[in-house]
Amino acid sequence: MVNTILIVAVAIILLSIGLTMIRFVKGKTSVDRVIAFDVMSIASIALIGILAYVTQRIIYLDVAIVYGLLGFLAVIIIAKYLEKSL
Amino acid sequence: MELLGAIITLMGSFVLLVASIGLIRMPDVYNRLQVGTKATTLGTILSLIGLVFLMPGWWGKLILLIFFVMMTNPVSSHVLARASYFIKIPFTDRTVVDKLKVSTKAQKVEYEEK
Amino acid sequence: MDFKIISALLGIIMLAMSFIAIYHKKMIVAVIATGAVGLFASIMYLFLAAPDVAMTEAAIGSGLSTIIFFYVLNRIRSNDKEGRESDEIDEVIK
Repeated sequence: MVNTILIVAVAIILLSIGLTMIRFVKGKTSVDRVIAFDVMSIASIALIGILAYVTQRIIYLDVAIVYGLLGFLAVIIIAKYLEKSL
Repeated sequence: MELLGAIITLMGSFVLLVASIGLIRMPDVYNRLQVGTKATTLGTILSLIGLVFLMPGWWGKLILLIFFVMMTNPVSSHVLARASYFIKIPFTDRTVVDKLKVSTKAQKVEYEEK
Repeated sequence: MDFKIISALLGIIMLAMSFIAIYHKKMIVAVIATGAVGLFASIMYLFLAAPDVAMTEAAIGSGLSTIIFFYVLNRIRSNDKEGRESDEIDEVIK
């Protein structure tokens, strides 16, 4: 029962990543693409969390923490570059 | 208890799906920014809280991750909105008021060329 | 859980990102697409049960290379002054 619900949750998260990629391909400005990148990296954190439960390994959560930290830093650097104050 | 955690995780992933649909349908950069960070924060936090119910032994790292997402996500939203305002990306036609332009206090700290 | 279908979907997404990174005109979009390729490659390494490689890939491929690329792009832009810069603003916005 729990595994079935988690499979549905993983499928929904993958669908949401796919829909976000439509915005990445289509988006008019560069800021749209940065937002799409941010949404993809945060959805990946939820995906890795569910994956860590399914395989019963706690070390996968460390990968999620590294994801969150470096995605945040990349978004900050890109925004500073666009604002010309790096 | 485990069924409750799984249902909360499912709700979180559903919120993520709603966020990505809103990212396609919204007309403007600023509206997309709103959708892409607030709804995503809620979805990720719900998913991780569901994992806390599923696996109570891992609460330390999961709470750390929740705290981290809750701290960093509004900051990136704010920085992106500020950058896209100051490189003059146009609003949509239905925008009513621009309070940063009206405010006299914000005029002083307006962005200067470096 | 069977990981084959998920791996195939992630592979399709990575392929699309790689095509964007090669064929897009703007430099910024190409660099962001490269970061996204690193992001999904890291999840693929997790499916292959190698969390240390996944951590390294997420740190270097997605985070640090993007940061270094933008740092270098900023240094290049600030070298040539007025003539180039107005063009570059239009390129950034549209």
